[in-house]
Amino acid sequence: MKGILKKIAQINFGLMSPEDIRKMSVTKIVTPDTYDEDGYPIEAGLMDPRLGVIDPGLKCRSCGSKGGDCQGHFGHINIARPVIHVGFADTIHKILRSTCKECARVLLTDAEIIDYKDRIGNMVKNEESITNIIKEIYTVARRDKCPHCETEQEDIKIDKPVSIVEGNYKLTASEVRERLEKIPEEDHILLGVNSKVAKPEWMVLTVLPVPPVTVRPSITLETGERSEDDLTHKLVDILRINQRLKENMEAGAPQLIVEDLWELLQYHVTTYFDNEASGVPPARHRSGRPLKTLAQRLKGKEGRFRSNLSGKRVNFSARTVISPDPNISINEVGVPEMIAKEVTVPIYVTPWNIEEMKKFINNGPKVHPGANYVERPDGRKVRVYPETKDAIIEKLEPGFRVERHLIDGDIVLFNRQPSLHRMSMMAHEVRVLPHKTFRLNLCVCPPYNADFDGDEMNMHIFQTEESRAEAKSLMRVQEHILSPRFGGPIIGGIHDHISGAYLLTRESSVFEEDEVFQILMRAKIPLPKPKGESWSGKEIFSLLLPEDMNMVYRAEICRRCDECLKQECKNDAYVVIEDGNLKSGVIDDRAFGSFAGKILDSVVKEYGTDKAREFLDSATKLAISGIMKKGFTTSTDDEEIPQEAKERIEELLSKAEERVEILIEAYTNEELEALPGRSLEETLEMKIMQVLGEARDKSGELAEKYFDINKNHAVVMALTGARGSMLNLTQIAACVGQQSVRGGRIERGYSERTLPHFKKGELGAKARGFVHSSYKTGLDPLEFFFHAMGGREGLVDTAIRTAQSGYMQRRLVNALQDLSVRPDGTVRDNRGVIIQTMYGEDKVDPAKSDYGKVVDIDRVIDEIRIKSGK
Amino acid sequence: MKKDILKHRLVPEHTILSKSEIKKVMKELDIHPEQLPKIKQDDPICKAIEAKSGDVLKITRKSHTAGKFVTYRLVLN
Repeated sequence: MKGILKKIAQINFGLMSPEDIRKMSVTKIVTPDTYDEDGYPIEAGLMDPRLGVIDPGLKCRSCGSKGGDCQGHFGHINIARPVIHVGFADTIHKILRSTCKECARVLLTDAEIIDYKDRIGNMVKNEESITNIIKEIYTVARRDKCPHCETEQEDIKIDKPVSIVEGNYKLTASEVRERLEKIPEEDHILLGVNSKVAKPEWMVLTVLPVPPVTVRPSITLETGERSEDDLTHKLVDILRINQRLKENMEAGAPQLIVEDLWELLQYHVTTYFDNEASGVPPARHRSGRPLKTLAQRLKGKEGRFRSNLSGKRVNFSARTVISPDPNISINEVGVPEMIAKEVTVPIYVTPWNIEEMKKFINNGPKVHPGANYVERPDGRKVRVYPETKDAIIEKLEPGFRVERHLIDGDIVLFNRQPSLHRMSMMAHEVRVLPHKTFRLNLCVCPPYNADFDGDEMNMHIFQTEESRAEAKSLMRVQEHILSPRFGGPIIGGIHDHISGAYLLTRESSVFEEDEVFQILMRAKIPLPKPKGESWSGKEIFSLLLPEDMNMVYRAEICRRCDECLKQECKNDAYVVIEDGNLKSGVIDDRAFGSFAGKILDSVVKEYGTDKAREFLDSATKLAISGIMKKGFTTSTDDEEIPQEAKERIEELLSKAEERVEILIEAYTNEELEALPGRSLEETLEMKIMQVLGEARDKSGELAEKYFDINKNHAVVMALTGARGSMLNLTQIAACVGQQSVRGGRIERGYSERTLPHFKKGELGAKARGFVHSSYKTGLDPLEFFFHAMGGREGLVDTAIRTAQSGYMQRRLVNALQDLSVRPDGTVRDNRGVIIQTMYGEDKVDPAKSDYGKVVDIDRVIDEIRIKSGK
Repeated sequence: MKKDILKHRLVPEHTILSKSEIKKVMKELDIHPEQLPKIKQDDPICKAIEAKSGDVLKITRKSHTAGKFVTYRLVLN
């Protein structure tokens, strides 16, 4: 469907006059009922057939078009007495406050009027906003005396939401309307009212438009009972009260009763517009649920704007649980056959693919590589059924469009919420697989921030050739190995990939040739020529490296020794790659891990994304097959330290606790000297924290001495960067350390003490949350309690942080979404106004940069140095 | 006590462009002066260098990425 393109020159916002409302109305609504006993809509009722039709069979009585084509027509209700529109109550108040109660002129002197009119006229001509000047007028025009007729003015207040009080007298809506009517037209512009599109008195309603039935459709329940929309309910209320008010007025009822009914009518009209207006109890459904009226339909996250206009539900998408599959490429996604048969790809029939398409149609919608629909050139869509497929195949010719099932190799968009960065939506190639989960390669977990504890992900199927082409060149996973955040790889090996590669490439790792071939076969890597002798793990890994690669770097296991022994490093942490051969050093997180991989980074930048994908696919498979050959396991035995070490740690900790006692004693004897810019108490706290921190670190160091990377898999994981840290291990083995709440030692709880087990004002290590035990020995009840306090704070912080950063992100995105980098390197907004004369001030795409820099000179020099054999 | 803001380390160098320089820069960037980022005439820096509405300022800043970066702003009142 193609429309006519026109540029919008101007949009005018104004108020609807009572005449406008009556003019657009097709019927006056009088009866507060909807349907009669036979289920037919009542004439002049809220479901009047002239308001439009919903049933596709019927014709509209007003416009003659069929249901579905007719967008509905407004009706109107004549309100017995005027009521104030909630949305304009504030404006009405401001206008009344700025105009004279007698002559209704603006409370400005003649000179001021001329001046302001002049300024406003100029601003309108220059298309500037006049909001600020109008605000100024509203403050200036609050005078006690009218400059025109010298009448003393009374103070007018607004009693939320709609009552306007002058002095002690509450103005009725009719009186408000009369005053607004009296304001001369030449003063309108001074009050911010454009008299071409609005008059102040229109803010007080005398006629209420009734939205068409298409806006408030009734739902027929299974029992045959009709359930009306909230808006209809509200309109019924309005009509009922309106009716009673009219009857009472005609019967000449006492003023008091009429006023009460009038008030009630005002309430119903108010809640009809906004059921969350402050100062009004919300109107409720019979069940007690507050009604969703006009304002609630539009407002907020679930409102029309954010959920129906800015974002929509789409077809050709699928969602299910994800699970890992180390055997598919990072570029692929495993799609359950069930989904592959449901979501389709439209393919245009050509003389070259017609036979293939016939096969799909012949398979029908239930057999996997089949087809669900066929669209003829005239736009008619036919569903493929086993009974009709032969007839469809008969008629099929070039120009038709076949909606065939997803098959291996199709490009789809894969996404995990929250979509915080561009790597949250990447294009994958389909692999149709059995079972019911999406399968993804483990290397793409970091960019999606996915794990497999029940995470679900979405898939979208491209419907045009252009989108597929664009996605393939811009959105494929391999194009996003490098993150624009820091110019390094965000996709890379994780967990066992790292441990596996380390086990495979460490110095002690030597394999017999048959073992090597087993490993390579399992990793599906092409077999090299047999050498007839044993292989080192480094030689195996070298098979994956590009032949002309040269680089040096320090591995993750590097201990930052004072003097680097380079190639002679006893940890084997100095990695040297010479002409694609791993000469020294182990492969760990710094080699091909996500967020860190140096080799991976270099492969992407020097050899391109295709090579990088191949490298990552085979390196991870090799690591997995390596770890399976070697075997890998961990238990609490890995955090075991000898009795002697335990005693030394115990001694160390008690010494530290003694030192804390000494500090406290010095403090109570007022011998402690305050640090510059700190109070005595703060100094004491700092010193204690320092002593206890040191004690924890020292005890950790003691424990670490007994952790041998060659015998202990937990240590392998911590040191190679696969998972966990040395701190985690020492907390298990030696000492958990100080617990903190709000960045300091724990202070909250009872008055002057954390728990009743301590003396008031006690400042010792234990009394303020120092956990002396290790996780392995177990925490005593007091320690456990402090530990829970610290742990709880961590959880609360993360919850709050996500909420805060989510809102911040939303505002940033809204502010920046229209900016783009133009071909000349400038950053401009949608009007062409320059934001930056050069993108990022250096025209560098961070995703293509070397960790944010244009080039890393040191790296280039290192590379050349190795090449020249130095 | 009034400080000379031009000497503050966080205030980059601002210079007013001459008519011919404006023309040259506009041609280089292929834009109208209206498309430049704006700066108010009563901005402290404009007061300090006495820039008037309609002037184009050349701003030379230190940059994390590029070392030195030159940009332009149009003075408005």
